[in-house]
Amino acid sequence: MAEPLLEARGVSKRYGNVLALDGANFTVLPGEVVAMIGDNGAGKSTLVKTLSGAIRPDDGQILIDGKPVRMTSPLDARVHGIETVYQDLALAPDLDAAANLHLGRELYRFRALQFLHVLNRPAMRQRAVTAFAELGVKLPDVTAPVGTMSGGQRQSVAVARAVLYASKVIFMDEPTAALGVVQRERVLDTIRRVRDRGIAVVLISHNMPEVLAVADRVEVMRMGRRVAIYTTSQTSVEELVGAMTGALEVSAEPGAGPSADGGGPAAEDGASRSGNQDAKPADGATGSQA
Amino acid sequence: MSRWGRKAPTTVTDPRAAAEQASPATSGGRERGATSARRLTRKALTANESWTIIALIIIMAFFEIKRPGEFLTATNLSLVAENASPYLVMAVGQTFVILTAGIDLSVGSVLILSSVVSDEYYVHHGSGAGGWLTVIIGTVIGIVVAGAWGSIQGFLASKAKIPPLIATLGGFGAALGVSYLITGGTDLPAPPGPLDHTIGQGSVAGVPWLIVISFLITLVFGLVLAYTRFGRYTYAIGSNPEAGRRAGIAVDRHLIKVYALAGALSGGAGVLSLGLDNGTVITGHSIDNLTVITGVVLGGASLFGGRGSMLGTFIGIFIPQVLNSGLEIMQVNEYWQQVAVGIVLVAAVYLDQFRRRLQDST
Repeated sequence: MAEPLLEARGVSKRYGNVLALDGANFTVLPGEVVAMIGDNGAGKSTLVKTLSGAIRPDDGQILIDGKPVRMTSPLDARVHGIETVYQDLALAPDLDAAANLHLGRELYRFRALQFLHVLNRPAMRQRAVTAFAELGVKLPDVTAPVGTMSGGQRQSVAVARAVLYASKVIFMDEPTAALGVVQRERVLDTIRRVRDRGIAVVLISHNMPEVLAVADRVEVMRMGRRVAIYTTSQTSVEELVGAMTGALEVSAEPGAGPSADGGGPAAEDGASRSGNQDAKPADGATGSQA
Repeated sequence: MSRWGRKAPTTVTDPRAAAEQASPATSGGRERGATSARRLTRKALTANESWTIIALIIIMAFFEIKRPGEFLTATNLSLVAENASPYLVMAVGQTFVILTAGIDLSVGSVLILSSVVSDEYYVHHGSGAGGWLTVIIGTVIGIVVAGAWGSIQGFLASKAKIPPLIATLGGFGAALGVSYLITGGTDLPAPPGPLDHTIGQGSVAGVPWLIVISFLITLVFGLVLAYTRFGRYTYAIGSNPEAGRRAGIAVDRHLIKVYALAGALSGGAGVLSLGLDNGTVITGHSIDNLTVITGVVLGGASLFGGRGSMLGTFIGIFIPQVLNSGLEIMQVNEYWQQVAVGIVLVAAVYLDQFRRRLQDST
């Protein structure tokens, strides 16, 4: 099987008394859409923030292409080709689409006046038009402030920005939560199109039919750790919800990893959890998994 | 159907798309032309500066009708612009600050502080007898002190997370206090000749130096705002600081620079005012901040950040000045001038809200 592109091993994060992540694992394979699902408070957001460099874990390892990396800011993640589409989109509503697309990564002109950082607006506009066209996004006007656009169009801008810069992985946090039916379909199409370009997509979602429609694999989070892995073609909404809520006890499967033959559910049960904690997942236990 | 769709645009998520989908089905090209014409009108109506320009023209026309040949003369307009020049320079910095969703209440006091420290230097270097070199050194001192003052306020407003209103209110009081401490409350004498006579009263090709300098400063920083990364980040931070942060912008550092710029420009205005007023006027700038903020807001800048332009500020700063001058010519009690400016400000912000609603329904 392919080597994981991005991997979290035994990642823990504590906020005061709350253990948001409790030795969580997560795996992204090259060129796949993997869904991360879980109930509220299962640790999805914290894990995503950890993997995208927004927060630093207390414990555990993050590996990119099999090599451990330290990520102290979202900029580090970017350097590794990892981009995130935040749930709130993180757009500046008063700037136009082209400006938002290049925010923090502007193009400049007049090299002689380099210290002034004169913006190359035509080049940025051109690149924006190309980027939107490649994604099949139709914006009436790339020079209109993003704040005047519809929810779906704003979403497109945020996704296009991630796609423009991501070379490995894009995280999408609830990308369809605020959208109507038609726009939702369009976003799912976009996700498939991104995957077809060879960029892995991590979809964080509550919407089970949507997950089954677009994801290749599903990893289920509960109480701060990954509790199950499914191949989408061999699972059902009932099974996913069962694993999410804990209603369905998933059978033990210690090898825990997507490489475990495409078959039925793989899970990390209670036994391996306590094992992880004892062994300080940063080294021993995870090493043997690899 | 399409008519209804466009008459009540708020009921559809994307009225433009809805209109475009609907129009070919009904009456095609003509509808489309009407739509684009309407869009153009709307764009003009929602452009930040349009209202300000219209307001300024109406006010000037009013005075011209009331006092023909008195208000609209080259001499009077030049006088208005000369008196406005320190305000204009301060308003340039204030525009940057307001675009970041901040506010700088300290501008008038920082102007005084700068004029005091630079004039203090002049007093010790020959006062009126000093030459250009003395003028330049004193100017640099004034600007640097004011810029440092601004950067401290910026630090407080960003890193220390004190609301800008409070950070600069503190700076407002403290700068005035320091000025009194330095001077003991007595105004300092006129600066060296080049600043007093040449810059303060002189002209170049018939245009007073004060106008040349203040307009140039406005132009330069207008270009910086519109065409450079510094300007872009200013808008971005005012629009959504979190988006800026996630995009890798050093938000706090940028804010410190913006407040430092506002301070430095107030410092520059302080030196100009030395030339304009033949010395320091410690008691004369207590409501400069209100004058300047009024001008910037009249120019279309949003106090919530992210919206505004230097052209708007340039026009906006002249509205109170023109009102004052016109009412003076009409010999209206000068206290009414302040009332008029207050009314214009509130009316402008109300119109602005109206305009925003138009824009947001586009």
